[in-house]
Amino acid sequence: MSVPVAFCGLELAHPVLNGSGTFDAIAARRVFGDALIADFPFSAFVSKTITLAPRDGNPPPRLWETASGMLNSIGLPNKGLHAYLAEDLPQLAALPVPLITNVMGATADELSALVEACDARDEISALELNVSCPNVATGLDLGADPASLAPVLRAVRPRTSKPLIVKLTPNTADVARVAEAAEAEGADAVSLINTLRGMAWHPDGSGRPWLGAGRGGLSGPAIRAVALAQVAAVADRVAVPVVGMGGIQTTAHARQFLEAGATLVAVGTESFRDPAVAGRIGVGIGDLATQSGSAAP
Amino acid sequence: MSAGRTLAPFGRRRALVVSERRVGAYAILELSDRDGPAPEPGQFFMLAAATCWGAGEDERPFLPRAFSAMGAAGGSLWFMLEDVGPGTHRLTTLRKGEPVWVLGPLGTPFAPPEDGRRPLLCGGGIGLPPLVFLSGALREAGLEPVLQLGFRDAHHAQVAAGFAHAQLATDDGSVGHHGLVTELLAAELDADPHAVVYACGPPGMLEAVRRLCVARDVPGRLALESGMACGYGACFGCVVPLAAGGYARVCVDGPVLDADAIAAVPAA
Repeated sequence: MSVPVAFCGLELAHPVLNGSGTFDAIAARRVFGDALIADFPFSAFVSKTITLAPRDGNPPPRLWETASGMLNSIGLPNKGLHAYLAEDLPQLAALPVPLITNVMGATADELSALVEACDARDEISALELNVSCPNVATGLDLGADPASLAPVLRAVRPRTSKPLIVKLTPNTADVARVAEAAEAEGADAVSLINTLRGMAWHPDGSGRPWLGAGRGGLSGPAIRAVALAQVAAVADRVAVPVVGMGGIQTTAHARQFLEAGATLVAVGTESFRDPAVAGRIGVGIGDLATQSGSAAP
Repeated sequence: MSAGRTLAPFGRRRALVVSERRVGAYAILELSDRDGPAPEPGQFFMLAAATCWGAGEDERPFLPRAFSAMGAAGGSLWFMLEDVGPGTHRLTTLRKGEPVWVLGPLGTPFAPPEDGRRPLLCGGGIGLPPLVFLSGALREAGLEPVLQLGFRDAHHAQVAAGFAHAQLATDDGSVGHHGLVTELLAAELDADPHAVVYACGPPGMLEAVRRLCVARDVPGRLALESGMACGYGACFGCVVPLAAGGYARVCVDGPVLDADAIAAVPAA
């Protein structure tokens, strides 16, 4: 049985979310029908990244299978803020769990507009900021450096009273320092890791990258050891809750992240192999807690 | 046959290998899937061996692989495979009784012919399975589909030996028409253009069918293939460019898409 967990004022049925961009609940409803709702695997649903303007995403090919994992260069396709609020939100509000909307902007102004618009909607329980976006001025990811993240958060934080989660990028020299900056600027939680930057070379010998966009992000069990180290480092340095993810496939993996200091975990790539796996992990974590006689895992 | 998709049970489930036999260049895999609903022609499944999935070439496979159903009856599913990489290699070494993870049926099925149009089924090589499945369903519905199948050579064409009604073409002329299966399709359209084309096959062949349908203003339903991680719309990896701009996901918007809706069939 699953055991509830408190997170930023939300009461969740178990500690397992989806990683942003790894599960499309609206598409899944078309494929699985009401069975998806009856057995919804996540205790809160994290939307894919929403941007102000619509995006088509990157040219294919977008995927490459690696040893124990995969590279993707999807390019954050989404219908843009306006259509998300008008078309997707009513459907996502029908899910049996709280909704966390993930947003990304290249500037503080863009992010502020996104956060303000989401703050006005009761269907959204919390916000997650994707800060793996290149800063237009420096070319570095916003979240790669405390000095570029802090002023953005300072501008965005006052725009919402909803819980604000900062999704950290692992492609930085010291992720714990970035997490500290996020906490200092008012983040209610941090989530990590996002995908590790990676590349695959075309197998045809033509001397070019395989992925349409050149570079991509590595995910799956191949990155679990890196993710665990980063989650442990961040949890040691911040007091806010940590959402840990990266290659989690089983209850045993999820337990390691929780023991390393995460309050919640998220499943991403493994859901591609089995869409129902996260629900089993949620129950599995509850069973471990029940067996050990404690109320929290 | 129905116009709508059969929904998939939520989550992957275990099926068992009933038989696997080699026919020329291909393997025909029969799975016992008593817990799953029967697919419609055009729908596909994600398959992965339940053991030894990984630790092959390049420490792969990791993700499940997408295969269109070739047939379904009495709790069994049939698939046709060609050993072209670590995933298909593992699946073609399965033996009777071994467990396989299946997710499905997935995707959009072929819509039935409209306006009394004659169904022309045009397949290339590994694209044969959904058309064989569709051909059987159309015959059960009292229609007489034309089935045209193209192969590289006689070795690959062996799999078509059981289809008495099929028109065959081979690249090397060793069986049937010496040339492209799309030449057979063009000849049928010349004879009677009041037709609807159903096609599946390698990208070059499918693109030729798409152009033929668009040029002759004949409805065409193309079953596309793409590498995909999930099969149910989650990963956004399997996109095809649309004529109207943007992309469709092969797994949830397809795999069967209208020829005039697609900008071009992407190269593999």
